Amino acid sequence: MQKILIFSLSLAIFLVFACDGNQYPSGARVYKATCANCHLDDGAGLGALIPPLANSDYLIQHRDQLACIVRYGLVDTILVNGIRYQEQMAGIPNLSEVQITNVLNYIGSNWGNKVPAFRLEEVRTSLQSCNSLPTQDTKTKQ
Amino acid sequence: MYKQVCFFALILLIAACGPNVDAPLPILGERDVAPNGDTIYRSIPKFAFVDQDSQLVNNATFEGKIYAVDFFFIHCPTICPKVKANGLRIYQKFLNDDRFMLLSHSIDTKNDTVAALKRHADKLNIDAKKWRFVTGARDSIFGIADDYFSIAKENPDAPGGFDHSGRIILVDKNRHVRAFCNGTDAEDTDRFIRDIERLLKEQFPAQK
Repeated sequence: MQKILIFSLSLAIFLVFACDGNQYPSGARVYKATCANCHLDDGAGLGALIPPLANSDYLIQHRDQLACIVRYGLVDTILVNGIRYQEQMAGIPNLSEVQITNVLNYIGSNWGNKVPAFRLEEVRTSLQSCNSLPTQDTKTKQ
Repeated sequence: MYKQVCFFALILLIAACGPNVDAPLPILGERDVAPNGDTIYRSIPKFAFVDQDSQLVNNATFEGKIYAVDFFFIHCPTICPKVKANGLRIYQKFLNDDRFMLLSHSIDTKNDTVAALKRHADKLNIDAKKWRFVTGARDSIFGIADDYFSIAKENPDAPGGFDHSGRIILVDKNRHVRAFCNGTDAEDTDRFIRDIERLLKEQFPAQK
């Protein structure tokens, strides 16, 4: 009896995660609250104004800068999938390292992206070297 | 007895709210009665703004057409991109239909210059003849937002410095507001697109 119970319980837990289709539910929540207004729910971006996060080559090429961009924003011109984007992005300074890790993993594993998973340690290290990057808005740096 | 009344009220409500795609869209807003008994519907007053190509945009621009209206600003950190994305779907849907146009008002009259609006529209690959992005006197823009049943006002505490709604509003050939949707909501925008099609059928019965 106990075995059956444990089995059905594990099956239920497995199904909840497997059928959700979303490995990073907390990243999804952060995305919806802080990113989706501009990058849209499907990561499509907007014309040549807001770069796409879906199928984005930028995520692979600039992996070590992504955490800093989330926290401090971006003022530089960037090239995403061959298109030039020049609009300023506001940083989201109130996100924790854990939240940044989660949201990067959500973005990196969705919409055709196959970015290897971020670990908290990596994000923490990236965030320590934000100052040396030329792409951040110096005004919002703390 | 009470139960019966409730039952009939429910039936009435269902009938009233059910999809009746053939009925004309209502004319929204307060109405008056003229001395001769005619109903006077609220309508969009005269306006004059300047668009992304420095062209004058006024009531005559939309003469004989129906058009959709919204209020936005370029450096809007909140709802604007979603509204623009849904606006773009409306734009694409009616791209080749000359009976329909779009009109976006910038409420940030200080920063959204004609040049900035031009850049913004170009980056969205928008045909300036079809979708006018306008600026003008601040009070005129804020004032006409009321006439479209939208909201636009300055608020230093709001994200980006402005309070505004993400509504997209549909105006008919007679300058009457006929429908609106929540421009941040894709499904509501789909319903709005069907409203546009209904209004086109109603106001251009002989064509298409």
